[in-house]
Amino acid sequence: MNDFMRPQPVTKKFLSPGVIVLLLLAANGLAFLAGRFLFGIGAVTNLNNQYPWGIWIGIDVAAGVALAAGGFTTAALGHVMHREQYHAVVRPALLTAMLGYTMVAVGVSIDIGRYYYIWHPLLMWNGSSALFEVGICVMIYMSVLYIEFLPVVTERFIGRVDLPGALARLNAPIDRLLRWLDRMLDKMMFVFIIAGVVLSTLHQSSLGTLMVIAGPKMHPLWQTPISPLLFLLSAVSVGFPMVIFESLLAARSFGLKPEMHILGRMGRMVAPLLGIYLAFKLGDLFIRETFVYLKTVTTVSVMYITELLFGVVIPLRMFLSPAVQKSPALLFTAAALVVGGVALNRIDTFVVAYTPPYALGSYFPSIGEISVTVGFIAILVLLYRAAVLIFPVISLPDRALSPQSKYSVRG
Amino acid sequence: MKSQNRRSFLKTSTAITVAATGLTPSTAHAGPTNILSPDRMGVLVDTTVCIGCRNCEWACKTAHGLETPPLDAYEDRTPLAKMRRPDETALTVVNQYENPKEPDLPITVKVQCMHCDHPACVSACIVGAIAKHANGEVVWDTDKCIGCRYCMVACPFQVPAFEYHKALGPRIMKCDFCSERRADGKLPACVESCPVEALTYGRREDLVRIAKERIKRSPDRYVEHIYGEAEVGGTSWCYLAGTDFDSLQFPKLGLNPAPGVSESIQHGIFAYFVPPVSLYALLGAVMWTSRHRHDEEEEQS
Ligand code: SF4
Ligand code: SF4
Ligand code: SF4
Repeated sequence: MNDFMRPQPVTKKFLSPGVIVLLLLAANGLAFLAGRFLFGIGAVTNLNNQYPWGIWIGIDVAAGVALAAGGFTTAALGHVMHREQYHAVVRPALLTAMLGYTMVAVGVSIDIGRYYYIWHPLLMWNGSSALFEVGICVMIYMSVLYIEFLPVVTERFIGRVDLPGALARLNAPIDRLLRWLDRMLDKMMFVFIIAGVVLSTLHQSSLGTLMVIAGPKMHPLWQTPISPLLFLLSAVSVGFPMVIFESLLAARSFGLKPEMHILGRMGRMVAPLLGIYLAFKLGDLFIRETFVYLKTVTTVSVMYITELLFGVVIPLRMFLSPAVQKSPALLFTAAALVVGGVALNRIDTFVVAYTPPYALGSYFPSIGEISVTVGFIAILVLLYRAAVLIFPVISLPDRALSPQSKYSVRG
Repeated sequence: MKSQNRRSFLKTSTAITVAATGLTPSTAHAGPTNILSPDRMGVLVDTTVCIGCRNCEWACKTAHGLETPPLDAYEDRTPLAKMRRPDETALTVVNQYENPKEPDLPITVKVQCMHCDHPACVSACIVGAIAKHANGEVVWDTDKCIGCRYCMVACPFQVPAFEYHKALGPRIMKCDFCSERRADGKLPACVESCPVEALTYGRREDLVRIAKERIKRSPDRYVEHIYGEAEVGGTSWCYLAGTDFDSLQFPKLGLNPAPGVSESIQHGIFAYFVPPVSLYALLGAVMWTSRHRHDEEEEQS
């Protein structure tokens, strides 16, 4: 039956009650963002000389990059290992990654004090800086994601270019251009797909190197030399849960039948990945003997245990159960736990674990910071919705039902 | 069609590998300068001599064009009661601590950037906007800085400050060791203004020697520790004290350079681009064989 599924634009109205709520949240975030550009970062955030980084880095950037890992994990599975049966989820995952990284880039540029210098790292290199590596990889990877998405755009418009009025003369040349682009991309795509996977492993791990240089300012529970490895392992294990999470969410919101046969099988692969992550996490805990910090109830110990228990152990057990693999509700819960757990880990590493040597107070995000972050997430969801309505992203049963309509899915 | 794909696959892969390897030698070492000259200068701060007059605070602000009340206003000692940190309005501040030996004579400590020999801020800065110069100073370059504040995350002494309330052109503010004054042959402003010579300016090597001599001559006056001689790989500014440095709120730091672990991880992942390029080749091979296998299966069926 898979044979007759084909990615195509979803036919639904853009507006819905949920969309209106999201639009309001987005507007609220943008209002605070205007304050940041008019009066400086200090006017909107609770950041200061003791706490230079807050949730705009912890959530918008660090958690954002981790949760966009679905893009490279599914690309590796579907294209590099060539498991055709997963092609139906490659495009939604690609779209999420593309939008996710765009949000990360926007998140970085509003957090840095001199946003108009965002291009500096392209010319001014510092090879010893982990941040430089993250920055460069994210910039290149984002371009790669846009290229990987191009075939979806050409597929949508080939033979359908229909500009109004005087521009109509351009229809034929544009169509030819699209066809040429499509052929080129088809031949070259593997270069970008592999590059995308390599770039992802690089910056996902370098993101974990970022806080290593903070040394004793970081709580020992998170300050470990294997932090880059832990970041990479957790990014790899959150990739599929994120795809499951958003596929089920999209199916629900568009009233489609979830593709449980694919998602359930992906779920089965999550358990061993989470297992490896858990093993390294626990190994680190015992080798560096940081478990002593878990004996007392403090903010950090509660955060650490929540992250590990609800974000790793419980979903690991759930993904192993066949009942979970078959039930959309249970599968969704398990996936959501992993997504939340990894997001929490990033917040812990970048925000909770950071204690300045001369703290005059503690950091808690301001209304402005929270509004902007929530606004960004709302915009992300809105863009996703708009994109699947316009472009052939989600696989739907093909109305033509003819075997000829089966062709290998690009991108 | 398929076989043609495969041929172009091989051609492009080779081209990429060649391009990537050709890229390596020149770029792997790019970065900010960190010159450790044996003649680098430093300052020895003798906290047992300092009287907490805060002349240095006034001189620093005046030299750097920062807003300040007239010098007379600094006779008021009340600001000393509260712990302060250098920030975007004051690049150096003096803090006061109880003196266990003589309660009537509180200890006062001047704080500013330590001008580390292996600065975490220099290693961390995304665009190499901070550099350690041969004359000892660690200075910031406004033309490069993007305002990411990673230097603040990295500095073990919590020194760099940021102008959070500027919408355009916010600066990273920290002591620049009076870079311009020294270039003109003048003393650092604080050193020049200190009425009791609590601050000694000189070659770092000489300063460490002087500090050791002082400790030897008056072992009762000093604890046997020159803070900054070895901390985080050594700093150009060093301190002498009459009590434990912990009680004067000096951070307890290891002896290895602060950027050490991070840089070795970084260079390990990127060693001449070999790991990423090998990963690329490996994935290419996996992709090629799995596609190959897939095609064969298709041909058979
Ligand atoms: S004290 Fe901090 S800001 Fe100064 S050189 Fe050292 S790391 Fe850089
Ligand atoms: S804030 Fe400026 S000086 Fe500091 S790390 Fe970022 S770019 Fe470098
Ligand atoms: S000027 Fe000299 S004595 Fe006065 S506070 Fe500064 S270092 Fe101490």
